[in-house]
Amino acid sequence: MSATEMKRRDFLKTGAALGGGLLLSLYVPEWVLADSVPEATPLTPSIPRFAPNAFVRIGTDNIVTVIVNKSEMGQGVYTSLPMLVAEELEADWSKVRYEPAPVDAAYNHPVFGIQMTGGSTSTASEWERFRQAGATARVMLIGAAAKNWKVDSASLRAENGYVINPASGARASFGSLAEVAATMTPPKDVPLKDPKDFKLIGKPTRRLDTPDKVNGAAQFGLDIAIPGMMTVLVARAPVFGGKVLSFNADKAKAVPGVKNVVQIPSGVAVIAKGFWPAKLGRDKLEISWDDGPNAALSSTGMREQYATLAKTPGLVARKVGDPTKALAGATKTITAEYEMPYLAHAAMEPLNCVVDLRSDRCEIWTGTQFQTGDRAAAAAAAGLKPEQVTIHTPLLGGGFGRRANPASDFVIEAVQVAKAAKAPVKVVWTREDDTRGGWYRPMWSDRFTGGIDEKGNPVAWTHTIVGQSIIAGTPFEGFLIKDGIDGTSVEGAADLLYGIPNLQVDLHTPKIGVPVLWWRSVGHSHNGFAVEAFFDELAHAGGRDPYELRRTLLADQPRMRAVLELAAQKGDWGKRLPAGRGRGIATHFSFSSYVAQVAEVSVDKQGAVRVHRMVCAVDCGRVVNPDTVKAQMEGGINFGLTAALKSEITLDRGRVQQRNFHDYQMLRINEAPEIEVYIVPSTEKPTGVGEPSVPPVAPAVANAIFAASGKRIRKLPILKVDLRG
Amino acid sequence: MLKAKLATKGLPSNYPFCDFRFSIYDTPMINLKVNGKQLNVDVDPDTPLLWVLRETLALTGTKYGCGMALCGACTVHLNGEAIRSCVKRVADAAGKEITTIEGLALNLSHPLQKAWIEVDVPQCGYCQSGQIMSAAVLLSENPAPTDNDIDEAMTGNICRCGTYSRIRQAIHRAAEMKRSTT
Repeated sequence: MSATEMKRRDFLKTGAALGGGLLLSLYVPEWVLADSVPEATPLTPSIPRFAPNAFVRIGTDNIVTVIVNKSEMGQGVYTSLPMLVAEELEADWSKVRYEPAPVDAAYNHPVFGIQMTGGSTSTASEWERFRQAGATARVMLIGAAAKNWKVDSASLRAENGYVINPASGARASFGSLAEVAATMTPPKDVPLKDPKDFKLIGKPTRRLDTPDKVNGAAQFGLDIAIPGMMTVLVARAPVFGGKVLSFNADKAKAVPGVKNVVQIPSGVAVIAKGFWPAKLGRDKLEISWDDGPNAALSSTGMREQYATLAKTPGLVARKVGDPTKALAGATKTITAEYEMPYLAHAAMEPLNCVVDLRSDRCEIWTGTQFQTGDRAAAAAAAGLKPEQVTIHTPLLGGGFGRRANPASDFVIEAVQVAKAAKAPVKVVWTREDDTRGGWYRPMWSDRFTGGIDEKGNPVAWTHTIVGQSIIAGTPFEGFLIKDGIDGTSVEGAADLLYGIPNLQVDLHTPKIGVPVLWWRSVGHSHNGFAVEAFFDELAHAGGRDPYELRRTLLADQPRMRAVLELAAQKGDWGKRLPAGRGRGIATHFSFSSYVAQVAEVSVDKQGAVRVHRMVCAVDCGRVVNPDTVKAQMEGGINFGLTAALKSEITLDRGRVQQRNFHDYQMLRINEAPEIEVYIVPSTEKPTGVGEPSVPPVAPAVANAIFAASGKRIRKLPILKVDLRG
Repeated sequence: MLKAKLATKGLPSNYPFCDFRFSIYDTPMINLKVNGKQLNVDVDPDTPLLWVLRETLALTGTKYGCGMALCGACTVHLNGEAIRSCVKRVADAAGKEITTIEGLALNLSHPLQKAWIEVDVPQCGYCQSGQIMSAAVLLSENPAPTDNDIDEAMTGNICRCGTYSRIRQAIHRAAEMKRSTT
């Protein structure tokens, strides 16, 4: 038994807790056992409190603090998870606050087993645990009131932050009961509410983090400052895998405010009193690089290699029936090739990491989606044990997967910088660093052959996918790669919902020296486009309406069929449009949610595309905060439009050719369409909302462009395709 | 240290984190008027205003997004005009009225802040200071903007989370509130 376990057990026996709280045996966070609460915990220690578990704390000031183990990167998790606790606790919502969780096994993802935010799983995976945390606290507060009032707790109920005795009319606020509640024995397996009794869950609820985000008070990683901190910019190799051969820092060191220049494994770090001297200093560095093995990489060369690979079958991810035979017997077959580029995440807040490294401990502030992995990686880089490393998670100025890197690139580098600087440091990535820094959504080539019968029914479908694995070489290899197939490369393709009797999906996984990573909606981000755009081609080849054909082939997929019908109806499918305008439709199942979208697009004679309207229907199971679901659908649609219309990362002679928002463009407000979101009511378990609206966007738009102009989009971004009349 | 005292009123608790004790530049102090307060700063006059606000004055509500006036995250007001502080030399802002998001209304009383909360515009929130500062100038010049007016005024502000339709909605709402109170 480890010392921590020992401590934990003793602790549970005595039931004593910091600040008069009580902990459940279920989840005991390590920091509660430590001598002090981590410094960043913004709580007033003088207020006694009731801390029945790792997720809830109730102060004598009546404030209910929900400790959220998921990083807030815009998806609304600092509101939706507190809602789950508040619902069962019967809290007064106006008294509910959020607080980011420290890194601790108590906060591990119930499915993935590490502390992380991703895969659109936050609500789905915490749906039971957070409600249970609230329910347990409620029962203990009621127990405290029963003890005070010397009545049976069964005669009491909790409501809006009070325990009430209906018989006597007595009322006690949660805060007034906190200290007694902390002495109560925690109950086990408290029954949860019947959903019909929900008061908060399912109601549009304003986000708790909005006020701080409109007056400058919100603190993102880049806003963190600690005493004695130096700001650091790193000159990284211009080619992935490149190394410093030699460098001259004389001119850099002459810049006022530059304190030191040091070599670290990823490049040369300029340590300065602020961003500006660090930048001026870095601009003046003279570095000679060994470009390494990727010096000749080019997107055009890779594209040729991918296209050649796509003409041969790869490892079979899924096979149904006999597609070869079915194609041979089809009335008509069509073949098409699709291309999608590397994409950078381009979160508005460029990457950054603050590190305070001491001989026996390391404190880190960074907007991460991947606390457990980053802590282990930081510990290894610092020569410390993971428990000597603290990670504070401020708000994330966007994540989209970039801040969940199994390689912990930006954290390890910052620790290496701190080691060399011998001072607390904030490593800041400029926009250019962020754009050129790799860890992209992979580049993809897809080749399809489809066969239809005399009635236009698809009888065969083959799909060859070519692209790098984002999972190979990570700790996730064991359960995400099976028989050489990275499940994320074929998701949204191998699990096609349409009833096509003969189907094959296969995969080539070339090894390329460009670092790749998940990017909002992961494999679905490319398969969604390729599959749904080719489906449209097949429908038209057989003279079938693309909506009706989808509907027919979703006969045994009632949830998808329902969202499809809703989107088509709300999106005016089939109604006439003026010349030059068209509608496109697409569906996609991802993160266990069903989404269908109708795009309304115009293409003018000069080939300019304008997306006027996007109608989205979603079934994501039971909805916690409908306004957040709406917001995520809206945001995901605009995110998807950026990828569909505008952005690509390309390489030439090993160098990334894009730098900033002028050549890696984002959708702007004047290009943002009207968006309508319709949520299908459901009593199923909650499923993902952060990502599922992204995949159908590009195909809906591409299919609408075909309807408007007769031109097929088989390559993204659309702005690079010549659509002139 | 006097300068620090002048600046800390109403500023984040982590202020100051820069060392004021000695000058590292050969240039005179630069006098800035930020959110109604007069401050002297000891910085390289070529430093973009953004970094002086963020690092010297700890006004971190103004954000760095691109450094090239491409994204609008750093938008502040200079004599009532929306400017990108990432490309504005601090020396060129001397003597002018600078307003940052913190100076708009810390107590959330500005109609844009109320509307932003009502409509729940922000997602990650990183770009929103800049969005609001751009919108504030639009509303001061145009009490009843159309969607086109909004698109035109706000096109320099990128939101990667894609909150654009809510930004439009909130600007209309704020314009309404502003009109009903004047």
